Amino acid sequence: MEAMKKEHDLIVSVSPHVKSEETTSRIMWSVSLALLPATLVGVYFFGLKALFIIALCIVSSIVSEQFYFKIVKKKSVVGDGSAFLTGLLLGMNMPASLWSFSPFTVHVPVIASFVAVVITKQLFGGLGFNVFNPALIGRAFALISWPKFMTIWNEPTAAFLAMDAKTTATPLGILKEEGLTKLMEIFGDKMSLYTHLLIGNRAGSIGETSAIAILIGGLFLLSRRYITWHIPASFLGTAAVMAWIFGGKGALFTGDPIVHLLSGGMMLGAWFMATDYVTSPSMRKGQIIFGIGCGLLTMIIRLKGGFPEGVMFAILIMNCFAPLIDRGVRTKVFGAVKQAKTKEIKQ
Amino acid sequence: MGLATFKGGIHPPDKKTLAANSPVVASKPPKIVVIPLSQHIGAPCNPIVTIGQEVRKGEVIGEPAGFVSSPVHASVSGKVVAMAEFPNAMGRMVNSVVIENNGKEEWTSLKDNPDYMSLPPEELKEKVKASGIVGMGGAAFPTVVKLSPPKEKKIDAVLINGAECEPYLTADYRLMIEKPKEVVEGLKILMKILGVQKGYIGIENNKPDAVVKMKEAAAGESGVEVLALEVKYPQGAEKMLIKAILGREVPPRALPMDVGVVVQNVGTALAIYEAARFGKPLIERVVTVTGEGIKEPKNLMVRIGTKIADLIEECGGFKEGVGKVISGGPMMGFALSSLDVAVTKGTSGILVLPEADISHVDEFGPCIRCSRCIDACPMGLMPSMLSVLSERGFYEEAKEYDLFDCFECGSCAYVCPSKRPIVQLVRLAKSMVKP
Repeated sequence: MEAMKKEHDLIVSVSPHVKSEETTSRIMWSVSLALLPATLVGVYFFGLKALFIIALCIVSSIVSEQFYFKIVKKKSVVGDGSAFLTGLLLGMNMPASLWSFSPFTVHVPVIASFVAVVITKQLFGGLGFNVFNPALIGRAFALISWPKFMTIWNEPTAAFLAMDAKTTATPLGILKEEGLTKLMEIFGDKMSLYTHLLIGNRAGSIGETSAIAILIGGLFLLSRRYITWHIPASFLGTAAVMAWIFGGKGALFTGDPIVHLLSGGMMLGAWFMATDYVTSPSMRKGQIIFGIGCGLLTMIIRLKGGFPEGVMFAILIMNCFAPLIDRGVRTKVFGAVKQAKTKEIKQ
Repeated sequence: MGLATFKGGIHPPDKKTLAANSPVVASKPPKIVVIPLSQHIGAPCNPIVTIGQEVRKGEVIGEPAGFVSSPVHASVSGKVVAMAEFPNAMGRMVNSVVIENNGKEEWTSLKDNPDYMSLPPEELKEKVKASGIVGMGGAAFPTVVKLSPPKEKKIDAVLINGAECEPYLTADYRLMIEKPKEVVEGLKILMKILGVQKGYIGIENNKPDAVVKMKEAAAGESGVEVLALEVKYPQGAEKMLIKAILGREVPPRALPMDVGVVVQNVGTALAIYEAARFGKPLIERVVTVTGEGIKEPKNLMVRIGTKIADLIEECGGFKEGVGKVISGGPMMGFALSSLDVAVTKGTSGILVLPEADISHVDEFGPCIRCSRCIDACPMGLMPSMLSVLSERGFYEEAKEYDLFDCFECGSCAYVCPSKRPIVQLVRLAKSMVKP
């Protein structure tokens, strides 16, 4: 028969024979897309400098990864979008002031990108095997190596093309040094402070300032089921409760949770950094524990630590615990009743 | 309140419309049949015919060897021309009897006994056994074994599995539309044999007309209930079906009978009815020949032993660019290397997929721990861990992650964004360690 395929042409492979459309790179590009609103707002408020920093981080990340693949003679998988995403996140976590040639600071994003992609991700085994969130290690490395450069915050109101801008303190910095009353004074009143924090016209890292823009991206990821509510809700919820109880001056239960939720890197961290698949627990129950841990540590550092902001270190510390949490919180096997007990007896 | 279901599972496109509206028609009588002596789980049959012998339709050609076994019958009348090993759908060589059809369609004695319901349970069970009935959903477990629970296991419900959760397949759907009464009769016979008062028929809700037909057929039958189930793969897996309908969970490595349940497929129920009433052995079954790669998708009543190549031809042949021919459904079926494989009692469908639709698995990425497989696993396992451990050769450790509770439904591999061959890695680990 003409139409009959010759037998040796048939493809033989294992079941299942159909697969979903989802791919790793589609996830990476979707998360990058979800970061677009926050990126745009950051560029709007901090000007072209911000765009240069983000672009520099992305290019450095991709080039670093290509360089690594070349050196170790591995097939390049840079197209999976994970280096792009790491670069984008890293750029969003940097101050726009780094685009400066006197003092010369543009090497900071480049080296941070290398540390993020090559040291934190590839040297630990590549995508899927890194213990720590690469972008956050990149940022932590930069903060510890160049603490001065990393804490020069520009005013968000500079002219778009201006290459120099007035510097100022971040809301969290003011909160830490001078208290909530002073912070409200600077922004006018409470509502004005909240509005500024929501929209993003305040000092801070490029991509962290606009709570609304981040929320739009986060809700997009939620609606597409790229993330679930577990980590953001438990992270933000715990931080809010902590801020309310311990954040006030003197008396307990007098803190302002809204200021804490909307300032610093809380929103960006809870929606985009703590939810990184590789470095957070796989189990839903474990993710709640992870989120609570992030929230607790963030607030402890903010209220009692030496830094005004604690999101980065909180997530990095919890990254260490993610594998342990996964071990402790196992799934319930269908039909199993006393799974844990029978296990113990066996050993 | 949603429809009854289980936790986990996936929603692949069901693709049933390709063949759903084609009524079951008898396939052309094959010129030659190759009947494997092992079509079931358990011991292969011993052949009791010799080369050159004339046989009639329904005549026993292989006798069961042991309790978990099932006899095999001639599906055509004619002459035994060869007895040799032939590959089955999984590629294993199986001792088979080759019969040349003489076209006379002579039956062994078939007697209609309309009063079959008054037969004692033991006699009905004997008929099921003698007719060589096995689970026709795909696993092909000898039915009589399921009907012989040890005394201490009290059975209180019989479930008829009409979920047909595998995409593309429509064999059970057609039976429920065309022979609902007979299916209900099959259920009643099962209830009588097992001495239970409650029988359920569970159907996925993407077949609302089948639900209606079955409800009509079951109206007035005491103790028989028809339930629409949520459309979700693998709703038709025994354990998931029991959970959805009765809320009971079969413990790890236990059997449905351990929670007082016997599950039979729709096709099996029909075969049981025909065995009880006519003494008709299982020599033919409905096979859905479907997929985007076949010219005329059909539901065919096919003699056991018919070559798959004959069915492809009868359905108009392949379209251009065929990639894969699968025995069974796309989630758990076996890709065939040859079309000279025979239809067996467990062949529910032949699926032809174009090359363009096939995701090649020769390249896959690392696990990014996205949890999709954990959410999809109906057994509550961590497929991500199983695949990583197996990939690295840590088979003993995989056991600690409940390796042997996996029944290889493929939900994890379906959702995996890194396209990891999780099922294959699980099979590998299973083969490397003892349960």
